[in-house]
Amino acid sequence: MTVNGQPQSHDVEPRTLLVQFIREHLLLTGTHVGCDTSQCGACVVHIDGRAVKSCTMLAGQAAGSSVTTIEGISKGDELHPMQAAFRDNHGLQCGYCTPGMIMSAIDIVHRYGGKLDEATVRHELEGNICRCTGYHNIVKSVLDAAGRMKVSQAAE
Amino acid sequence: MGVEGIGASVVRKEDRRFITGKGRYVDDIKLQGMTHAHFVRSPHAHAKVKGIDSSAAMKMPGVVGVLIGQQIVDDKVGNLICGWAISSKDGSPMKMGAWPAMAPETVRFVGQAVAVVIAETKNQAKDAAEAVVVDYEELQAVPDIRAAIKPGAPQLHPEAPGNVVYDWHIGDEAAVKGAFSKAANVVTLELTNNRLVPNAMEPRAAIAEYNEAEEHYTLYTTSQNPHVARLVLSAFYNIAPEHKLRVIAPDVGGGFGSKIYIYPEEMVALWASKKVRRPVKWTGDRTEAFLTDHHGRDHISKAEMAFDKDNRILGLRVKTHANFGAYMSLFSSAVPTYLYATLLSGQYVIPAIYAEVMGVYTNTTPVDAYRGAGRPEASYLVERMMETAARQLKVDPAELRRKNFVTQFPYQTPVIMAYDIGDFGASLDAAMKAIDYAGFAARKAKAKSEGKLRGLGFSCYIEACGIAPSKAVGSLGAGVGLWESAEVRVNPVGTIEILTGSHSHGQGHETTFAQLISERLGVPISQVQIIHGDTDKVQFGMGTYGSRSLAVGGTAIIKAMEKVEAKAKKIAAHALEASENDIVIENGEFKVTGTDKSIALPMVALAAYTAHNLPDGMEPGLKETAFYDPTNFTFPAGAYICELEVDPGTGKTSFVNFVAADDFGRLINPMIVEGQVHGGLAQGIGQALLEAAVYDSNGQPVTASFMDYAMPRADDLPSFKLSHTTTLCPGNPLGVKGCGEAGAIGASAAVINAITDAIGNNKLEMPATPNRVWHAIHG
Repeated sequence: MTVNGQPQSHDVEPRTLLVQFIREHLLLTGTHVGCDTSQCGACVVHIDGRAVKSCTMLAGQAAGSSVTTIEGISKGDELHPMQAAFRDNHGLQCGYCTPGMIMSAIDIVHRYGGKLDEATVRHELEGNICRCTGYHNIVKSVLDAAGRMKVSQAAE
Repeated sequence: MGVEGIGASVVRKEDRRFITGKGRYVDDIKLQGMTHAHFVRSPHAHAKVKGIDSSAAMKMPGVVGVLIGQQIVDDKVGNLICGWAISSKDGSPMKMGAWPAMAPETVRFVGQAVAVVIAETKNQAKDAAEAVVVDYEELQAVPDIRAAIKPGAPQLHPEAPGNVVYDWHIGDEAAVKGAFSKAANVVTLELTNNRLVPNAMEPRAAIAEYNEAEEHYTLYTTSQNPHVARLVLSAFYNIAPEHKLRVIAPDVGGGFGSKIYIYPEEMVALWASKKVRRPVKWTGDRTEAFLTDHHGRDHISKAEMAFDKDNRILGLRVKTHANFGAYMSLFSSAVPTYLYATLLSGQYVIPAIYAEVMGVYTNTTPVDAYRGAGRPEASYLVERMMETAARQLKVDPAELRRKNFVTQFPYQTPVIMAYDIGDFGASLDAAMKAIDYAGFAARKAKAKSEGKLRGLGFSCYIEACGIAPSKAVGSLGAGVGLWESAEVRVNPVGTIEILTGSHSHGQGHETTFAQLISERLGVPISQVQIIHGDTDKVQFGMGTYGSRSLAVGGTAIIKAMEKVEAKAKKIAAHALEASENDIVIENGEFKVTGTDKSIALPMVALAAYTAHNLPDGMEPGLKETAFYDPTNFTFPAGAYICELEVDPGTGKTSFVNFVAADDFGRLINPMIVEGQVHGGLAQGIGQALLEAAVYDSNGQPVTASFMDYAMPRADDLPSFKLSHTTTLCPGNPLGVKGCGEAGAIGASAAVINAITDAIGNNKLEMPATPNRVWHAIHG
């Protein structure tokens, strides 16, 4: 598989979850584990461009795919518009759910484009739990980023 | 105010590492030669441990060791303590059941550890833990408060007959009896404050390393107060003397109270790291969090309020039973006593109050402080009482509150607290305006025509933050002082480091504290580094809980700052050949007032460290320390109003609007303050509508995962409308009060008052699930 554009090939125990592979073998610790029932979404990464909870699949199942983690979305020092929107709208507090939130949110914006409204964002974030923010500023961040991503896509 | 000073909503300095995945939480840390621990936990709520056979586990691949409860007792690791001594009405001390870090003889709640497996990998430790055979003799369990205090109930601890920890009281019983004898009306209310699981998103974790040559331990842990952890581990658990134990709490993913306590897993990791001569890491999973993170709330109460013929309150009588779980957690004893009953006066003039609180052991996870800690329980009781009274007395709920508000400050309540300042009417006005109270009747009628039941509920909360002063809390039984310390270091190049005993685990201290410095010295916050969470770096501190960090910790920074400024002015005056009294600090410059002479902060700092030209007798350097012990609590207060609709066909509740008008005194970073309120409101609403830790009659937890315990999700919550009113706290130089817990304290009563208003039936307990609401409507 490739992870953040780098080819990765490792021998791991067959039961190794993708999230364990990312955290413990590749030492990309931005992807977090917040539960053991695939409820919280702290472990969301992109596999071939789609948001996936990396605790729901084995590392082996990701063989041949292109995996992107939170560490792989900014371009050098330039933050991804979703990262910038979370910062500017105070969309995070303790930061633990944040990587998964950002990865899910990017996927939401990709799927809905400019048609996002508050109710849709709230519904789509159902698979990501945050205990700090009450979601108010997360929803604001996602809506803000939707606008920014449209602009940055137009610029490209 | 400067662009980054007090009152500026600057974006947070700490965010860059979190949004790029570069935060450093305990589980992200790997040490050379590190082993992994997995605990063997009791599947029973109450059982004798007849024997543990670890021989098969020892032969499993990768196993380094299996350690059991009797070994930790034999090694004289201390039992877990409760740090606040409370006495019963009869003067007898609270009854403490012995709590070893791993149970050698008896387990008293599901999830209590009996053994630990240490292995090369986490999976190997888990596999081997499956092979540890524990011979249990099951005992009858009692998870429920009412059942636990019945005659003949199973007994948890020989030290606590009848399962009673204490039978405590506060206030004047005779005065309350007199008040009720004069009452024109008496309103009664029985309610349950549901048990909650804190569920910080980062599960607890610990890494312990023992350095044999130095006889020194290092503990990385998910703690809100690493210095308190070191003190307790050293003084009470006999792990190591304080100078041989370093505790580091790096980035911590939320706490909400649950990471105040020093847990058995941290004790065992430290103890085991010496036994196996390797670093030991333990990272809890979510189920372990449900089973072993200390829970919150869990009260049942009966309250009566007496009113005169003009609807003024004459007295309040409360009897509460508080569930402590199987053992007394670190600060648990204070929660339903000095953090609960002392707030029963709410925002009101209540001439006489009498409260009795019985603390009870049950076969459940220990209960301690969770966001608000006692104050949400008090606020819920008082605010449901006020709404119930308004309905019974047939008066407007806002007017009943207004008539009884405290308006003269300072105000001494009958239950210890002396409110220093507030303007409760102003908050209520702001909230009523924000929700358009005048238009509610028309909105309710319109909703009715559409088949929906619309309701509106008030909650006018008050809370007490920055628990203090140390002398007073000591006289009430606290085992620690509740001050805070800070050190301000100006480096030779003029950059600044602040060392604080507060700990940030989401609160944004790295930004807010830097803004305090920016305000005083005119330096950009990028030039200020906040250092916290490491006992080797920060001399001492009491940590972060009870919304204390700014009011107490921030004031300590200001006090240290004042000392730095005083010395820097002397240096500047000497360099500029001016009088020290003529020096003013503006935008990072020390200026001679009325002249164009000035010297920049970095030059003052450099002068302090080169020491080539200091005033005679002055020590080199520019670094000062302060310890600050407040003179009183602070009293944030506010008014919350919830407007919602209930679908009578399904019992489902939908928010229409939720407004919050809070008085936190001066706001340093309004953006961060509002974020704190949002999060608190979500937890208060979660308690009201969704969350409950449920045990079956055998003490088995029914809600031990996110599949079963309803955490608030984005689509369960509304967007919030916030506003602020301001009375400056007179007790500290910043005029700040604390904002971390308010939402969780005030929100639940507003929601339940709104639902009961909508359905016209007051018999409703939290969480008000659609099922419960439907039954409340339809009987």
